[in-house]
Amino acid sequence: MTAAGLQALWSHWRRNPLQLFTLLAGLALATALWSGVQAINAEARASYAAAAATLGEGQFDQLVPRAGETMPQARFVALRRAGWLVSPVLEGELDRDGGDVRLVGLEPLTAPGGLGPVRPGAGGGDLADALGGGVVFAHPDTAARLAGLGPRVVADRGVAPGTAVADIGLAQRLLDLRGRISRLILAPGQPVGRPPLAEVAPDLVRRAAQGRAEVARLTDSFHLNLTAFGLLSFAVGIFIVHGTIGLAFEQRRGMVRTLRALGMPLRRLVMLMAAELALVALVAGGLGIALGYLVAAALLPDVAATLEGLYGAQVSGTLALRPAWWLSGLAIALGGTGLAAAGALWRIARMPILASARPRAWSMAAGRARRWQAAGAVGLLAVAGALAQWGGGLVSGFVLLGCLLLGAALALPLVLDPLLAAAQRGARRAVAEWFWADTRQQLPGLSLALMALLLAIAANVGVSTMVSSFRLTFTGFLDQRLAAELYVSAEDAQEAAALEAFLAPRARAVLPLLSVETRLAGRPAELMGARVGPTYARNWEFLAAEAPVWARVEAGEAVIVNEQLARRAGLWVGDDLAVGPGRRLPVAGVFGDYGNPVGQAIVGEDLFREMFPQVRATQFGVRSDDPDALRRALVAEFGLPRARIVDQARAKAASMRVFERTFTVTGALNVLTLAVAAFAILTSLLTLASMRLPQLAPAWALGLTRARLGRLELVRALVLAVLTAALALPLGLVLAWVLLAIVNVEAFGWRLPMHLFPVDYLRLGAFALLAAGIAALWPARRLARTPPSDLLKVFANER
Amino acid sequence: MNAKILLLLVFLPMSALAQGFAGLGTEAKDFARPQPDPSFSFPADHGAHPDYRIEWWYLTANLTGPEGTAYGLQWTLFRSALAPGTAPGWDSPQVWFAHAAVTTPEAHHVTERFARGGIGQAGVRADPFAAWIDEWRLGGESFARMDLTAAGPDFAYDMALEARGPLVFHGAEGYSVKSAQGQASYYYSQPFFEISGTLTLPGGAVPVTGSAWLDREWSSQPLAADQAGWDWFSLSFDSGEKLMGFRLREAGGGVYTAGTWIGAEGRTVALDDGAFRAEPLETTQVAGREVPTRWRVRVPERGVAVTVAALNPRAWMDVTPPYWEGPVTVTGSHAGGGYLEMTGYE
Repeated sequence: MTAAGLQALWSHWRRNPLQLFTLLAGLALATALWSGVQAINAEARASYAAAAATLGEGQFDQLVPRAGETMPQARFVALRRAGWLVSPVLEGELDRDGGDVRLVGLEPLTAPGGLGPVRPGAGGGDLADALGGGVVFAHPDTAARLAGLGPRVVADRGVAPGTAVADIGLAQRLLDLRGRISRLILAPGQPVGRPPLAEVAPDLVRRAAQGRAEVARLTDSFHLNLTAFGLLSFAVGIFIVHGTIGLAFEQRRGMVRTLRALGMPLRRLVMLMAAELALVALVAGGLGIALGYLVAAALLPDVAATLEGLYGAQVSGTLALRPAWWLSGLAIALGGTGLAAAGALWRIARMPILASARPRAWSMAAGRARRWQAAGAVGLLAVAGALAQWGGGLVSGFVLLGCLLLGAALALPLVLDPLLAAAQRGARRAVAEWFWADTRQQLPGLSLALMALLLAIAANVGVSTMVSSFRLTFTGFLDQRLAAELYVSAEDAQEAAALEAFLAPRARAVLPLLSVETRLAGRPAELMGARVGPTYARNWEFLAAEAPVWARVEAGEAVIVNEQLARRAGLWVGDDLAVGPGRRLPVAGVFGDYGNPVGQAIVGEDLFREMFPQVRATQFGVRSDDPDALRRALVAEFGLPRARIVDQARAKAASMRVFERTFTVTGALNVLTLAVAAFAILTSLLTLASMRLPQLAPAWALGLTRARLGRLELVRALVLAVLTAALALPLGLVLAWVLLAIVNVEAFGWRLPMHLFPVDYLRLGAFALLAAGIAALWPARRLARTPPSDLLKVFANER
Repeated sequence: MNAKILLLLVFLPMSALAQGFAGLGTEAKDFARPQPDPSFSFPADHGAHPDYRIEWWYLTANLTGPEGTAYGLQWTLFRSALAPGTAPGWDSPQVWFAHAAVTTPEAHHVTERFARGGIGQAGVRADPFAAWIDEWRLGGESFARMDLTAAGPDFAYDMALEARGPLVFHGAEGYSVKSAQGQASYYYSQPFFEISGTLTLPGGAVPVTGSAWLDREWSSQPLAADQAGWDWFSLSFDSGEKLMGFRLREAGGGVYTAGTWIGAEGRTVALDDGAFRAEPLETTQVAGREVPTRWRVRVPERGVAVTVAALNPRAWMDVTPPYWEGPVTVTGSHAGGGYLEMTGYE
């Protein structure tokens, strides 16, 4: 009996291979996008963990120089001799083919437990070698770039990508920074009776372990973003699966009745159907995971570039297959199928044994739920509105996005139906009237696919508006910030003085970059001293300002702050900010500072030098009419290493490159979402096609040719797509506003001005029409080629 | 990685300390080896001998507090070379590490430090004598008058030392044989220090006085390859006489013993293999292993038959490498106190 039942169940799929394909493909697509996103997230998290373990960031407090990049090694010995258990770290960039590699020098004997990459058996066996200066540890991705460096390179996944770890002595040699260190890690369990830090090392600042947690929070927002995308795609995929399963079960009602009448117990039948679906889910899940791996592998390099560009977080560019990931992929495929099939199985189980096998148009059920749908849409949009008005925090921003999109999707058929009804009323000719009426009749069956299309177009409009607005703002910002033609850095204060003296007669202006790490408004922040001149006055734009900004800053009467500090500390123009003990200055301006996670405030140079007499600038912006000649002079006459001169064009190009890669991922996910929507349209039309034969046959019998019917079918898909796209545009713009004004502010700390790009939207609309047209093409062709005998059968047979 | 594992790897090639104390039996390779009939030159020999693989400045003290409470104190600086010789900066093959402990009848406070040679974080200067690692320091105007400091997360001490007797040389004039195959070290002591100062403990500062014993030893392969650990005793009797004795345990179950009988004026008599006898009477379960904490110690030729018992049997040194070290009390034919060190109990 079981075998016969299985055979009967299987025969359905054999007779409807297209349905099986739809089921498998929908489920595989949903699993692919979801698990691809999860794979990317898992890889990124593993990389953060490796970075935290390598560098001790987040785990241990650190001592960093108040000013400048490095400190003498003697500071380390002096602190140890005073009873401070610190361990030195040197960081620097190794210029290698294929990009810079960050080299981290550690001192293994004093480093607190859990630091660094060496494991027994990882090839680091001979520590005499490691201490003596023979071994560099690097992530496998990075190890290849270090070939020919000199010391032996050991590949180890425990090292963060893009980073190499070596003994501090070797790192000093490789970076040509002998006797210098970047920072000190404070070991836990310090001894009793130490002198205070201010006594032993007044020029160092203690940075709490949480100081870098900010980066984790920021990257979290990015991953939340990705996950939201993955979930959206998965939801659309499950819509497809739900539709297919519903249809298949409706069509099999007759078979179920027959099997039960023949004596198949209900329980066993339901079990068999569940097993059948589980098998389908496993196969589709496996396919989806394979696809997801490909998606993740293709996107990961761009994700890595995004994360590095936006937050400086290093993520591996290659994918490791983690069991947790593919198991969760299979689980979600099974769970999704169960969710989509639960209702259908429930109905089978409750069906009276001899209930009529008359197939009911499954899609008609949607019509009954219309009232509920309207209530849901209104409710969700109301929640979205309330959150926009009163919400706070990143999660609330994403919930707002979710409510907005879902509410709009639910509302779509309710808006489309009156539009179509109006068109019907306006129609004068019989065919036109029939066309609109038939379109309305199909709306419930197509509404899921149209919702998917609406979401995909809206997401595209929203994200492209955000990215393009960002690009416009960012280019302007780069011009403002990178105004000087050359940027040079000196090794220490002495060289800096010589450098400034050398530059003074040769350059139009020398702008020292004075800065200290400090706390402003109770948060870690950077305080800078600016030599006010025409460069600043001409190039800087403020988000808000009270003129004359620069004259007041120069006189030491006011401070300007970046947007991040302003928003986090709740400051704005006219408020007071304490820049030092007992020194409060009014905020004269707030400037945009895109890409900087840290708060920043700028005071005049004189005031800065008065507050921090020990701080000497080691970096300078240089204005020059002939930067090439000046750069040659710096290298040839002053002897400054080429690596310490950066020209503006190169810096700008590097920044723009980071930017361009930053949103590649979002773009790729957009295209995928659009593809899933198109696929949903295709499957909906295909499943509707077989059921619509009875409705089309009379039209055919009245004289409409099959070819004409097919063309009308295509036109109908395009009309629906145009209407949906037209509704998606305002939704997309609202989405863009939410992204720019709410999510961005919460995730990055800055708000971007919104610009509109009508040409982009037109192109997008064309793409959406193209996608809908391609999806409708095949069903239309099939209709045009339906054998007349099939159409005749509608009148001959009782269905 | 785990820094501890890295440390084990650091010590692996050179010594002792990681793979059980059997590591002290590894080949000496390019390092200098102790030779018989040594001639010491002071103060230079109080300093470091970088051509030898392993060296220590090892101070233990038995102390008494205000209410007659007994305390013990340890301060040890080890030098361990990855290769013979010195080099400036991070290239130095010399590695330093140190252990400090205070033992009370109820508690045992212990901490450790590590340092690379060549950068000034740790080292030993012969004249005027100073041995240091981080803020810990043993030094003063001469080897006979020194100050001693160390601190950990839950304790600290600040002591003054004054020698009341001469240096004492073990074995044959300071050439101390450690096995029947002839492994040896240079070994001398200053067992006649008077010590006083302050212990800072979680309960507050405690003024203490007592006696201290400083061992100096250096070698390149102090143990034979089959020796797994040792039990080392430094006992001071109320009569003013002192006894140093050690028992080296072989993997096969045999032992090699040696010792020095020190008269009240500092005159020494070397005790050959078998003359110093020590048998465990009672063990304590500590740090997951059985460690003997009550001993029968006999030196028949000197009429010594005493029971040596740990002041605090839980004086486990949870450092790299771990071992047991703590103050002991002596009863029997002779009464007194001292220190016991036991290594290689796995």
